[in-house]
Amino acid sequence: MSPTLAVRSYGDRAVLVETDESFVLPVARALLALDGVSEVVPAARTVLARIDPARLTQVTITRALRRASADDAVDQWDDPVLIEVTYDGPDLGLVAADAGCSPAEVIQRHSAPTYTVAFCGFSPGFAYLTGLHPSLVQPRLATPRARVPAGAVAIAAGYTAAYPQSSPGGWRLLGRTDAALWDTARVSPSLLRPGDRVRFVSA
Amino acid sequence: MIEVVEPGPFATVQDLGRTGYAHLGVSRSGAADRAAFRLANRLVGNPDGTPAIEFSFGGLVVRADAAATVAFTGARCDGVDWSAAQSLPPGRVVRLAAPGQGLRSYLAVRGGLIVTPVLGSCSTDTLSGLGPAPLRAGDRLQVGPQPIGDVSGAFGSFGPVSSTVRVVLGPRDDWFTPAAIESLRRTTWRVRADSNRVGLRVDGPALPRRTEAETRELASEATLPGAIQVPPDGRPIVLGPDAPVTGGYPVIAVVLDADLDALGQLRPGDPVEFRPERLRN
Repeated sequence: MSPTLAVRSYGDRAVLVETDESFVLPVARALLALDGVSEVVPAARTVLARIDPARLTQVTITRALRRASADDAVDQWDDPVLIEVTYDGPDLGLVAADAGCSPAEVIQRHSAPTYTVAFCGFSPGFAYLTGLHPSLVQPRLATPRARVPAGAVAIAAGYTAAYPQSSPGGWRLLGRTDAALWDTARVSPSLLRPGDRVRFVSA
Repeated sequence: MIEVVEPGPFATVQDLGRTGYAHLGVSRSGAADRAAFRLANRLVGNPDGTPAIEFSFGGLVVRADAAATVAFTGARCDGVDWSAAQSLPPGRVVRLAAPGQGLRSYLAVRGGLIVTPVLGSCSTDTLSGLGPAPLRAGDRLQVGPQPIGDVSGAFGSFGPVSSTVRVVLGPRDDWFTPAAIESLRRTTWRVRADSNRVGLRVDGPALPRRTEAETRELASEATLPGAIQVPPDGRPIVLGPDAPVTGGYPVIAVVLDADLDALGQLRPGDPVEFRPERLRN
């Protein structure tokens, strides 16, 4: 299977590679392996790479990525990160109504899958997790909250996430966790990193 | 010790920024005018990335407890020698006036400012709060040991502030009408008062999207300082050092790395023009 690959310039020191959602992490890994790439930032359907323009061009990057995507890379999955959640969020009723099921069923559907961290963004350690039950793919709130507390577990726009810091936010809140999602004293400050697998466990 | 008697309108500690954590959602931050920041450190013999004070619109008042060698660079403020190493005797109070042009100035101290690094950097990230808080009156900053480097002589002058920055179109220029691309190029934009280290907002004509892109939503993608984002209202925002690492608005063009320093010196009311350049590939 060969993924979509389009390499676009992003200023004179970076490129933005567009690909299919399921190829973002393999493309990110392939970019990181290239000489002349200093930093790689995956997102929903793109990967941004900071490059040394003396060593890499859009043409050489495209060529290298085509070779890499042809390889049969086997993913080595670590055990999933387990996050304990108290499902008492203020939007549980709204989410249940939109999903056409009971709040208890929402909790069951949210805590059943093993999610994958697609990318981090928005704020330090804010991980966008893919793998939601289709009935939980719901839009943001019409009016965002001025303050969502740290530890809030939420869904929106096809993702689920846990807020590492309190911030304004428009996601639908299902519950909360005490997990240390962000700690700058750790070697990896973010509990969740791109490519990690995650499970939510009802407390 | 260097005592901040008055921080002026806005002062922070900066270095060359927090690298290697963008994939975890951490912005790079760091000096907005890297050349001026580097020069300040070189003048006093510090290694390039040594933490220094970045201050906007002058107004900084500092006092050294003990004799210190310092250098001021960037937007030139009256009250002190500029772009030159100089000795401050103990107790001397230095007051900086507002700069005649430009926005950001730097104060480097020989030995560097001792600040606890967070994720490898002493920079204040004004958006996420990583790093030290913005400087306040009464803050006392410890100075490190003498570096190996020599103090250097005077080094030319600051300015004039460039009002033209070069850009590369894309990655999402195809979301906009040809007229929007033409407007981007031909307009003399004006820097708005609500600009800061997160983003430089400019006034000018709205940049319309192509009909098919009018209601389209962009899946979040990574951004870099210098990216010119255009929200649905068509008013461009040039991302600064503290901008979030991902964004959902299409980027019409990206400022060349070499011209980011010039962006860091633009103040509210200043004109700015974006000149598209072709990349050699």
